[in-house]
Amino acid sequence: MLEFVYQLLFEPFFEYGFMRRALIGCIALSISATPVGVFLMLRRMSLTGDAVAHAILPGAALGYMVAGLSLGAMTLGGLVAGWIVALLAGGLARITVLKEDANLAVFYLLSLALGVLLVSTQSRNVDLLHLLFGSVLALNNEAVLLLAGIATVTLIALAVFLRPLVLECLDPGFLKRQSSIGTPTHLIFLALVVLNLVAGFQALGTLMAVGIMILPATAARFWARQLDQLLFTAVALALLGSWGGLLMSWHWDVPTGPAIILMLGFLHLVSLFLGQDGLLKRWVHPGKHLKS
Amino acid sequence: MQTPQALLSFENLTLGYERHPAVHHLQGTLFKGDLMAVVGPNGAGKSTLLKGLMNELRPLGGKIRWVEKRPSLAYLPQRSGLNLDFPLRVSDFVSLGHWPRLGAFASVGRKQRQAVGHALAQVGMQGFEKRSLDSLSGGQLQRILFARLLLEDAQLLLLDEPFSAVDEQTTADLLKLIHQWNQEGRTILTVLHDLRQVRQHFPKCLLLARDAVALGPTPEVLTDDNLAKARNMQAPFDPLAPVCEADLEEAR
Repeated sequence: MLEFVYQLLFEPFFEYGFMRRALIGCIALSISATPVGVFLMLRRMSLTGDAVAHAILPGAALGYMVAGLSLGAMTLGGLVAGWIVALLAGGLARITVLKEDANLAVFYLLSLALGVLLVSTQSRNVDLLHLLFGSVLALNNEAVLLLAGIATVTLIALAVFLRPLVLECLDPGFLKRQSSIGTPTHLIFLALVVLNLVAGFQALGTLMAVGIMILPATAARFWARQLDQLLFTAVALALLGSWGGLLMSWHWDVPTGPAIILMLGFLHLVSLFLGQDGLLKRWVHPGKHLKS
Repeated sequence: MQTPQALLSFENLTLGYERHPAVHHLQGTLFKGDLMAVVGPNGAGKSTLLKGLMNELRPLGGKIRWVEKRPSLAYLPQRSGLNLDFPLRVSDFVSLGHWPRLGAFASVGRKQRQAVGHALAQVGMQGFEKRSLDSLSGGQLQRILFARLLLEDAQLLLLDEPFSAVDEQTTADLLKLIHQWNQEGRTILTVLHDLRQVRQHFPKCLLLARDAVALGPTPEVLTDDNLAKARNMQAPFDPLAPVCEADLEEAR
């Protein structure tokens, strides 16, 4: 029995180096991208991650065209493309009539079109798949270090800018009266979003990097009512989902990226029904209320 | 009684939006320790005046002259613009009132947390520390906002209709707090609509109807004559309004 549990849940990580590295990469992503996702959700920017993820594509493709499947070149390209789009969208929203979502739609579409154009000039479609869906099982030590580094930078930045970040979403008028740190904070936050999406796309690919950012955050909202609880619950769910997704991919021999995202989606559904603010609670106590 | 010291003077102040004045050629002085109500019909420029004082709006003409340097200001807007969906505890929210001293980065220490507890007690909200913002009623939220104002510890307080949509008990409690702030020497400018309240609690009054109708001791300002004048304010917005003659004379 114990043997079976061990084989089911732990063996792949003890026995195989690439599974271990994949797990470590996912842990780094979970404690970094997920808190960023919580703030995206709270700022009603859940879809921003998706848009920015698409915007990363031409940069990564350019990096790929210049240097082949080089981690450094594709990361740098992705960062530059993502930051250009995010800064254009975030900056223009504050000085023109168009709001941020509209600006973002414009620039991510242009960026995506450019990316697809660039990728199509290369004939090898297998590589394109790699770019879109990532390769968490092929993470080398270098990539794991990059993920860990990005996680470190993200956590420090979030800790330092926590107060203006919260206030900009909670009471922007108050923040504006007290300080002019609002705009820099917003731009730094957008930079963190890009940084984590680039990190995620190493492991899960451009399209699914958003999943590990947003899904644990939305699931956690059904369990937690305070910011601190929300952050911890989201990270815990992300860790659980990554672990489960890796195992699912291992035992059933299915692609890892989609497996992790589906596992996170499953956790979201569970939370939707069973969570503290979930649907089941409403169905269990129909029409009954407390005395005071 | 010593002669009151001037805090600021409005010198022919005109404030507005896209060249249309909302406050027109305002003259007058605000003294340190004044407890003044700003009264007038909707669209009379009351909120605009507060925004002008907060530097959120540049004067179209004239100026606000601070007698000494600009004191610390705190502002309670008419619509708080709070995102109440944000999952935050009451105590964390109130502690944001420490911002003028702590800024964006300094940590909230034991002393500051005690001050939060004290502020909550003063607005009658002790025991609510751990509640989340979205669970509060309108009146409770207003009390919480007053607790944050209290921590801001400003010398000049600008309150824009602080008692709209607030019940009698809460209004009475918050009015008591306003009097207490005033006795501590703070200057308070409050936009109000309830004239009985103004007569009862505010020694000074500014009656606005785009142009200032009267400024001074409340009994002298809130006369039937003045109130009738304020009611007859010209229709709020005329897109073809000519350039103001008083300004043309000044330009010559």
